[in-house]
Amino acid sequence: MDLYPLWNSLRIAGISTAIIIFVGILSAYYIAKLPSAVKGVLDVVLTLPLVLPPTVVGFLLLRVLGPRRPVGAFFLENFGIRLTMTWVSAIFATSVVIFPLMYRTCRGAFEGFDETLADAGRTLGLSNTYIFWHIRMPFCRPGILAGTVLAFARALGEYGATSMIAGYTPGRTATISTTVYQLWRTNDDALAFRWVMVNMAISFVVLLAVNLLEKRKRK
Amino acid sequence: MALSVNIEKRLDRFTLQMDFEAENETLALLGASGCGKSMTLRCIAGIERPDRGRIILDGVTLFDSERRICLPPQERRVGFMFQHYALFPQMTVEQNIACGARRAMKGEARMQAVREVLETMGLTALRNRLPDQISGGEQQRTALARILVSRPNILMLDEPFSALDSHLRFRMEEEMRHVIRRFGKTVLLVSHDRDEVFRMADRVAVLSGGKAERIGTRDEVFADPGTRAGCILTGCKNLSSVRRIDDRHAEATEWGISLTLPLRPGTDALGIRMHAIRPGEGENTFRCRVTEVVENPFSYTVMIRPLCAPPDAVPIGWEMEKSVWRELQAEEITVHLPVDGILQLKG
Repeated sequence: MDLYPLWNSLRIAGISTAIIIFVGILSAYYIAKLPSAVKGVLDVVLTLPLVLPPTVVGFLLLRVLGPRRPVGAFFLENFGIRLTMTWVSAIFATSVVIFPLMYRTCRGAFEGFDETLADAGRTLGLSNTYIFWHIRMPFCRPGILAGTVLAFARALGEYGATSMIAGYTPGRTATISTTVYQLWRTNDDALAFRWVMVNMAISFVVLLAVNLLEKRKRK
Repeated sequence: MALSVNIEKRLDRFTLQMDFEAENETLALLGASGCGKSMTLRCIAGIERPDRGRIILDGVTLFDSERRICLPPQERRVGFMFQHYALFPQMTVEQNIACGARRAMKGEARMQAVREVLETMGLTALRNRLPDQISGGEQQRTALARILVSRPNILMLDEPFSALDSHLRFRMEEEMRHVIRRFGKTVLLVSHDRDEVFRMADRVAVLSGGKAERIGTRDEVFADPGTRAGCILTGCKNLSSVRRIDDRHAEATEWGISLTLPLRPGTDALGIRMHAIRPGEGENTFRCRVTEVVENPFSYTVMIRPLCAPPDAVPIGWEMEKSVWRELQAEEITVHLPVDGILQLKG
């Protein structure tokens, strides 16, 4: 059994989760402070990838990153880099799809924070940086961790947008989910089943982690 | 150690307009909820920004809209005790207090200051507990310790006892008076509880609709609260609109009686405290029917309506010791409303 899909899935999920931790936390932090009208609109826009079919996300990404499309053409001509049909392309797709999960959980965590704690810190003379790292973040940490694990789990399972923008090339862009589909299509049920088991095992561990985190949050 | 506040801020339901001074004393801001008392503290602390005006503490300008000065809360040295204390939940009692000492002190000096304040506030045994593992009174002590160790130039207490059970409240009030005496600088106390204010404050500002309607010494304000809002806030429960009849007479319209009373110009309402009413003879004496008798733990409240008043007149409440009522007890009694017990009010 060639383990490349496992390794590829893990690195794609890992890298996109790392990116989205940053982007998700920052956008959640700043959007939580905005007036509610602006927040409402941004919320809808940023949550869209969660409810859109992944194929629609893939289609839209191809319209932007494809070799004959504005951004894709720019990178191809100037740097000789193809933005589609490589394993890196899957990171774009996965990041867009998991962003709302991270953003939503983080925003919930930030909005649950009692601002009087920050006010109290400021009147006591604590710097804003100290308040962010020692008072706000510890309070929001369980929420952020839960968001991270959820996002990672979703990233591992990403199929639709990934298959459109990265395709399926064994040993190059194959992930667990695209491999399962290919094996099933080519009647290699036995091998497909082994990958299914691998996927189940990973998902089980991840969801277990989410539950443990939730329990700690409530405590 | 003087505080001078003169600010304006537009809020949803009214415009906050505060103008007062305080120096090495406890000034109480007495007002109903939502009258702008907490907002005033938040403006002084720098958490909220007034639209206009000036705030000066010990000669340092904290805020001045004309000179475009607005110090951040960190530089104001204002000790603010929040209603629910705002202790940092994931830090121990000791860590919470150490946060208060970060601005002024480092290393060993900070540790020493924290140890001292833990000791004086009786928190040493609890220093490794988290805020939700200690009682309400202990939480308040921790919050106070955290503020005191930050060496503030003023202490602002926002409804300090509202989160406590009544038996604890009494004990913590006692402790708070000690702390205030040792602190020795200006203290602002925000409260809607007249008993608490009476026991703790030197001067009282009565707030209503974002304005200080009356500012004076505690005794002045309680003897003559000046406005309807002040009357209610200082605990007077009998209120009636008033109409001038002539120089010496006025009609209390809701009570349905005429009083011999030289009305001050601009008076809109009368009030009489429940315990200022007397049985007996003389001017402003009315034969009254008892409409209801309410028994309190240590007194009776007797609701009376003058016989000459129309049946829809508002009854007057009269509170007296139990022994007094046991002697008076009757369906009709003669009641005296002493002129010097009648409050003349505006608004």
